[in-house]
Amino acid sequence: MTNAVNLWPLLGIAVVVAGFLLRANPVLVVIAACGVTGAAAAMPPVHILESLGTAFIKTRNLPLILLLPLAAIGLLERFGLKEYAQSAIGRVRSATTGRLLTVYLFARELAAAFGLTSLGGHPNMVRPLVAPMAEAAAETAARQAGVELDDALRQRIRAMSAATDNVGLFFGEDVFVAFGAIVLMQTILRAEGIEVDPLHIALWGIPTAVTAFIIHAWNLRRLDARIRRELARAKDVR
Amino acid sequence: MIALEDFYLLVGLLFAAVAVMTLREAGHPRRFGTALFWGLYAVAYLCGERLPPALAGVLMIAMALVAGCGLVKPGRPRLAPEEQRRAAAARLGNWLLLPALAIPVVTMFGATVLKDAAIGLRPLLDQKHLTLVSMGCGALVALALACLVTRATPLQGVREARRLVDAMGWAVVLPHMLAVLGLLFSEAGVGKAVAQVVTTAIPLDSQFIACAAFCVAMALLTVVMGNGFAAFPVIAGGIGIPVLVGAYGANPALMAAIGMFSAYCGTLMTPMAANFNVVPAALLELSDRNAVIKAQLPTALPLLLANIFLLYFLMHQ
Repeated sequence: MTNAVNLWPLLGIAVVVAGFLLRANPVLVVIAACGVTGAAAAMPPVHILESLGTAFIKTRNLPLILLLPLAAIGLLERFGLKEYAQSAIGRVRSATTGRLLTVYLFARELAAAFGLTSLGGHPNMVRPLVAPMAEAAAETAARQAGVELDDALRQRIRAMSAATDNVGLFFGEDVFVAFGAIVLMQTILRAEGIEVDPLHIALWGIPTAVTAFIIHAWNLRRLDARIRRELARAKDVR
Repeated sequence: MIALEDFYLLVGLLFAAVAVMTLREAGHPRRFGTALFWGLYAVAYLCGERLPPALAGVLMIAMALVAGCGLVKPGRPRLAPEEQRRAAAARLGNWLLLPALAIPVVTMFGATVLKDAAIGLRPLLDQKHLTLVSMGCGALVALALACLVTRATPLQGVREARRLVDAMGWAVVLPHMLAVLGLLFSEAGVGKAVAQVVTTAIPLDSQFIACAAFCVAMALLTVVMGNGFAAFPVIAGGIGIPVLVGAYGANPALMAAIGMFSAYCGTLMTPMAANFNVVPAALLELSDRNAVIKAQLPTALPLLLANIFLLYFLMHQ
């Protein structure tokens, strides 16, 4: 028997792919995929329900990182934290959106490489500080050109702020020796009878970490170029 | 001891407050559906392990159905008007930064300095969930400082938290539900099935093709599973260890490092990694929920290509 592996659970993946392609509500897609996967693995319905319930309760630590800072951040927003961040960046003459985000990328990646992954994140840094500052830098440029920043560009800048946080975090943290992923890799290799030093895994992550910084910083330069181009075009039209 | 369980109760109370505030808002477009959704989530946090597993499963499906039928809607937006916010920003100035910075500072302080602190024989912080618990303490310190700086009440903080939760809507629970799907996938043996398909379908007889197949398979499986940690054991066990290390003599530390980073390229490209890609889009109030993924593609794809070449040229180091 070479084909002892049950291939039917792959149907669950098919449901996920189809659901996202059809742009169905993701929450419904997930539930449908759970049902199909469980049925394809020949689990009885009650067993599926119990598996889902146990997993749902067990993984409820996951949303905490998002939820816990909300009260403090929301309160600070009410009292003008975003406006403060915007006026602070408005005073730095040389600040452009791309340069600002490159500095953030560098700080985020370096801090993560030293294990300081909590210095950042979407609810407590990107929403209240990084994205408003990136937007304000482009706004200052728009004001100097005497035009309005259009909404599509504004949204692109915000999306790029979130992307910069992700890239910095992902490709920084894996260079830190005590990070969970490195422990996971070491454990899996050990199970196959291969001993590796965690320090070596961390060191061999550095070429990719540097490449990630270069590629993303390049994309941030392109964002600056796009902002300049669109502002110039808006000025011509006017 | 400050345990993770305490923060579960706190989050449960927050969701219960969101549900009650929703119920009390006259003229809310979907008052009962929205209150039911957050109320059910509150039950999951408040009761936790005390819920029978099958009932918790029913609860999760009920939440998904309420959200999927479009019954979860935000209430009236009640952010203070812009001139008021500008005036407050001018008045409070740098003091506004203090609470915001308290979150990372207290998190780091808790996870490093207070790591082994104890009251009597009991540790001060939950040892198994040190970072999360430290971060929870950071959030509470930040809220206290924010109240002090702005002279607002903690209740106002809860109202503002509701405003943000409302703005994100069901996207708040998506990462949680995807994690459940991931666990079910591994219970049902999806990973093994993928490894089976990949290793039989791709000819791995050239060293370069083997490197490319390894990196691309790692990224693709992560796109599907939404999590590099789920993809890594499957592809490392299917291609990395037997083919790259076993047949071509690659350095295992390099194979592991580049494999995991290829998986991260996948994470940048998938809505399945909702907490990194979909939640921020909701949090930043973007109209396209895939906007963050689109912003990441020009970084993820060239980086994946770079990984293939790095692996190929460095593998015998």
